[in-house]
Amino acid sequence: MIHFLVHDPKDDVGVAVVDIEPGTKCSGRILSNNKSIEAAANEAVPLGHKIALRDFAVGDTVTKYDCPIGTVVKPIKAGQWVHIHNLKTKRWA
Amino acid sequence: MGLRKITGYRRENGRVGVRNHVIILPVDDISNAACEAVANNIPGTMALPHAYGRLQFGEDLDLHFRTMIGTGSNPNVAAAIVIGIEAGWTKRIVDGIAKTGKPVAGFSIEGKGDIATIAEASYKAKEFLQWASELQRTECDFSELYISVKCGESDTTTGLASCPTVGNVIDKHCAQNGTASFGETSELTGAEHIVAAKAANEEVRKNFFAMFEDYTKLVFDQKTNDLSESQPTKGNIAGGLTTIEEKALGNVEKLGKKTKFVSCLKPAEAPTQKGLHFMDTSSAAAEAVTLWAASGAVIHLFPTGQGNVIGNPIEPVIKLTGNPKTVKTMGEHIDVDVSPILQGEMTLDQAGELLLDMIARTANGRLTAAESLGHKEFVMTKLYRSA
Repeated sequence: MIHFLVHDPKDDVGVAVVDIEPGTKCSGRILSNNKSIEAAANEAVPLGHKIALRDFAVGDTVTKYDCPIGTVVKPIKAGQWVHIHNLKTKRWA
Repeated sequence: MGLRKITGYRRENGRVGVRNHVIILPVDDISNAACEAVANNIPGTMALPHAYGRLQFGEDLDLHFRTMIGTGSNPNVAAAIVIGIEAGWTKRIVDGIAKTGKPVAGFSIEGKGDIATIAEASYKAKEFLQWASELQRTECDFSELYISVKCGESDTTTGLASCPTVGNVIDKHCAQNGTASFGETSELTGAEHIVAAKAANEEVRKNFFAMFEDYTKLVFDQKTNDLSESQPTKGNIAGGLTTIEEKALGNVEKLGKKTKFVSCLKPAEAPTQKGLHFMDTSSAAAEAVTLWAASGAVIHLFPTGQGNVIGNPIEPVIKLTGNPKTVKTMGEHIDVDVSPILQGEMTLDQAGELLLDMIARTANGRLTAAESLGHKEFVMTKLYRSA
């Protein structure tokens, strides 16, 4: 079973394609090169939500589709859930 | 793809429609009651009540007329009755629709009242309906379909599955000399560089950026916060989308991998050449699809993640989703399920073929989920306050 998908090898978040439970050793696939990738989930990540593939500090940029999608506003560890509580838009702010 | 044929209605001006509506079109808000009474008298016709049409001016008034005339001119419309409070603007819309060569008649209320107007218009509506009922579908090329695309209640599965499926169809349709249009100006924020790179030439690229920057200015002039909960919406956020940039990057997957867009259209403006066109639209589903129907689009492709239920009275709205939860919980709204893409059990190319088949079936007469459920959202775009 695939737990998460990654759009591009340069992305540092994956998208859960099933509901991921904390502690799950997750199998992923990178869409643009069809390579496998693994991640250990530290917290629950619902289907459609993002899982961090590396540690982030406040002020870091998150990359998805090989493009910036926002700025980190709270520290994030690899395997954690990335959403509105720790990531904000760089636009319209 | 090249071999696909459909059966459609060849209109007087040569355009191909896939529905055969007789519409009762109000020029203005205060003529809605008369239009609805005519549609009630003559079942089988369809009234299109809306909220505007009085004391508009300038560019906003131009858009009102373009939307009214375009709606009546759409190839999915066999014939149109137009009712307004006074004769002048009614005639302007009748004359605009008449250029297509289809039957159209106008009625105005001042000087005789609702009841006499409803009676006169009902006789004409009955005549049009019986005439339209004898029109036959004939074989047409799939490439003659003008297709519009816009997603709604998106989530991250739209960027992974349903939007790239539409992109696959856009590439195939435009490679066969078909016509298509995308828009959602504010929802390209964060992906505008990707859209700009798909402009067919420098002039198109400049026109796109002018429209994009104009819309961005509108948002900035009116906004009181960073638009969290509006763009992205609460539904988008529930589905895992965090920022407008992330939403936009999924949205533009609909544009395909190879296709360049050949023009930038004003809201409700009809394309004058084949190929893919950008239209400057709101990202609100009912407003945007109403504009595309007024530009002549005959089928709309609508990827959804969390489950937007929109329909349109003029063009059938085909919904697809890549979210397996939405397929389970809101299956009655979904025409095409592409969720197997998420587990690698379906390729984008297979999903594209599935969607092309559904477009052909819909063109041939299959009712979409939205049509079956009675969704007929007709929403005019208003640019600013009336005088």
